[in-house]
Amino acid sequence: MSWIDIGALDDVPLRGARLVKTRLGCVAVFRTGEAEVFAASNACPHKGGPLSEGIVHGRKVTCPLHNWVFDLETGEAQGADDGRIDTYKVRVEDGRVLLDGALLMKGAA
Amino acid sequence: MKKLVVIGAGMASGRVLEHLFESAPDAYEVTLFNAENRGNYNRIMLSPVLSGEKSYEEIVTHDEAWYAANKVTCRFGEHVVGIDRARKVVIGQNGEVPFDKLLIATGSAPFIIPVQGKDLPGVVSYRDLDDTEAMIEAAGTRDAKAVVIGGGLLGLEAAAGLRLRGMDVTVLHLMGHLMERQLDEAAGYLLKRDLEKRGIRVITRASTAAILGEERVEGVLLEDSTGLKADLVVMAVGIRPEARLATDAGLETGRAIVVDAQMVTSDPDILAVGECVEFDGNLFGLVAPLYDQAKVAAATLLGEPSAFVMRETATKLKVTGCDLFSAGDFAEKDGREDIVYRDPGRGIYKRLVLEGEKLVGAVMYGDTADGGWFHGLIKDQTDISEMRETLIFGPAYQGGAALDPMAAVAALPADAEICGCNGVCKGRIVEAIEGGAHSLDDVRAVTKASGSCGTCTGLVEQVLAVTLGDAFELPTAKPVCGCTDLTHEDVRRLIKAQELKSQPAVWQELGWKTPNGCHVCRPAVNFYLLADWPLEYQDDPQSRFVNERNHANIQKDGTYSVMPRMWGGMTNPEELIAIAEAAKKYGATVKVTGGQRIDLLGVKKEDLPAIWADLNGAGMVSGHAYSKGLRTVKTCVGSDWCRFGTQDSTGLGIKLEKRLWGSWTPHKVKLAVSGCPRNCAEATCKDVGVVCVDSGYQVGVGGAAGMDVKETERLVDVATEEEAIEWTVAFVQLYRENAKYLDRPYKWIAKVGLDWVKEVLSDPAERAALVGRFDISQSVYQKDPWAERARPEAARRFLPLADLTLEAAE
Repeated sequence: MSWIDIGALDDVPLRGARLVKTRLGCVAVFRTGEAEVFAASNACPHKGGPLSEGIVHGRKVTCPLHNWVFDLETGEAQGADDGRIDTYKVRVEDGRVLLDGALLMKGAA
Repeated sequence: MKKLVVIGAGMASGRVLEHLFESAPDAYEVTLFNAENRGNYNRIMLSPVLSGEKSYEEIVTHDEAWYAANKVTCRFGEHVVGIDRARKVVIGQNGEVPFDKLLIATGSAPFIIPVQGKDLPGVVSYRDLDDTEAMIEAAGTRDAKAVVIGGGLLGLEAAAGLRLRGMDVTVLHLMGHLMERQLDEAAGYLLKRDLEKRGIRVITRASTAAILGEERVEGVLLEDSTGLKADLVVMAVGIRPEARLATDAGLETGRAIVVDAQMVTSDPDILAVGECVEFDGNLFGLVAPLYDQAKVAAATLLGEPSAFVMRETATKLKVTGCDLFSAGDFAEKDGREDIVYRDPGRGIYKRLVLEGEKLVGAVMYGDTADGGWFHGLIKDQTDISEMRETLIFGPAYQGGAALDPMAAVAALPADAEICGCNGVCKGRIVEAIEGGAHSLDDVRAVTKASGSCGTCTGLVEQVLAVTLGDAFELPTAKPVCGCTDLTHEDVRRLIKAQELKSQPAVWQELGWKTPNGCHVCRPAVNFYLLADWPLEYQDDPQSRFVNERNHANIQKDGTYSVMPRMWGGMTNPEELIAIAEAAKKYGATVKVTGGQRIDLLGVKKEDLPAIWADLNGAGMVSGHAYSKGLRTVKTCVGSDWCRFGTQDSTGLGIKLEKRLWGSWTPHKVKLAVSGCPRNCAEATCKDVGVVCVDSGYQVGVGGAAGMDVKETERLVDVATEEEAIEWTVAFVQLYRENAKYLDRPYKWIAKVGLDWVKEVLSDPAERAALVGRFDISQSVYQKDPWAERARPEAARRFLPLADLTLEAAE
């Protein structure tokens, strides 16, 4: 598995998110704790809202357009809403955020 | 008119006077003595005052106006020295008062354990407002430590209140578990665990040996030689009836003043009620029997037949988050059986004690919703053999009724007691509702139900809902969100009272159930903190909705709209050229708004810092069209151009906007200034609207033209522009300090009442203080957010963290 360095952890605000552009579409990188990050599709399945602009709480994010809430571990919509976002492998090493390279390989293929 | 003298202004005597004046306002000329230098207030509510959840003003039951209206001669702050029964006079410190009838309601005194150091400064009891204030003052010192002696109702409420005030609190309890008179061991254990979770240390089987200290209290020494540091020691081990005046006057006393069922003492012209009496060998400490006594005493005074009967009483603890209930007798005895329900995960414990076919006792912890129903079964000695199997699950499971609290309330018989404190049954409440009392306050005013300790408020609301059907809307005492059980109002009050200055402090101290809130509570808490502590708290962008974080309005396609400020709706050719050029450069759609400005729609996020820099370059700043804060001040051209204009409405609008812009408020705030009553700026549907007239300025507040449409109500008429600005700023600050997040001013005013707003703002000192606090906040927040974010290091954050589309192609 190849990991791609996408930036410094400090550039992702705590309980915030940043956007990463890939050939498969935009991926949102969420920072849920001091050294805890998750990556998932940026687009809400409901109306395409940019999830990287949502409020991050616990290990969840709330879509800024219509308040759908997603669990970042599973990608599942919470509560009464039905839907799911793709999640991607991401980890933190030496203060850098590393994203699973497989995502890019698929795009290049 | 006959003369009635009352000694002691407590819960019982206050109630006697109410009954007396209601049935026969002219029967007696009343003189009321009170050793405390104040009138009647609701002593049960001292705990919420201590914790900061209520203020003293909110718990006053009879104010000066009430005493005046009923022509009561008040002798507050004056001790009674003696009673001369032969001459029928009461001897006060400042002179004698003759009586035809005398009512003794001297209550009780705290029991002070006779140990060394009990008289040191810093050792207090917990009986009245002075004690409460002394405790609040002690809690004001940093890292102050309190030791509460006594783990009964009073002691625990004191401990919880002091803890909420930020003190380090230890409770010492002589017995093996807390509240042993009301709780069994298991419930006592759950209570102890919950208190410890709140940071209160509990030591049981703790016997106090001495209170230590030189000048004032410094610590407590236990019999087992444990030493505890203390800046405050609260004695709450019990009370003893205050019967000295009666003893000295030669009235019959036992443990207290002996009365008959008519509340008459051994002297036929002297009555006694409350904690100072003994009836049939019983003493009284809870409020419900006191109110019964008051009703009887009033009847006796009016020569009507009435008799006091002992009833079962139930106990509830007024500590937010610790729900416990106990009623009846739950000691283990032969012939008794227990039904026990435990859910350790949720901290729920219920125990019912049966004797034969009857319920004789109930203890509940964690879920007390069915307490009233069990209490009823105990009092009525209902035969429960038919429902024994499902009894512990409460009324919802009986008779096949649905699992619906409404159904349970609907099923209650008319004589079921709803309010234990005031002895109000369901039938009386329904009668009041049918007689026109359609809100909780109305029902309270007519029946007193839920007016004392307040724990039955929910039940009363359910009776309202059941009786009125859809016509009744439950008031919004709802928790903020699923992260907490507290309401917005509670959170605001506690942030102030406990000086919570960060979000983690709020989550921790107020017991948030989630690690860091959710999208509902985070923006609210962030606002409350920055409004209350502008200098100490740092605004958290991650607790803001996208629009406020990005200082632009997100649109349905993920692009943004950008709207520069146009002061008072005025612009000029240079600004218009810059706006036009920016629109072309960034491909924006241009829209003229209802707030007299120009909106640029369809701007991409990564272009925001650049378009802001361009608009800044032409002298424009953010219009905050995205914020819960000041939006626009709409104006007409006023006396500058208009032949009808009476004042410079444009100029005043610009001044108001320059003063208020950049401030954060609970919801958006829109203003307008019209130059004459023709009102071209539509000022009468704004949050604050000023209408200029020949004689000056009419300031109206609480208008709306959105989901609801509402005309403003007049706050004040002033002569000068300066006054109009001062009143407006003070109003906005009062709104910032008190309103619930996402309540527009008209909703907030509906809750607190325009009269209250006017009363606060009409005090010049208060107005000046509000303006002062607003200006302090503005020193931090009146900065153009666009200029700050157009700088390269901040602008970077508006770009993607990485662009992997190129790398992937390699």
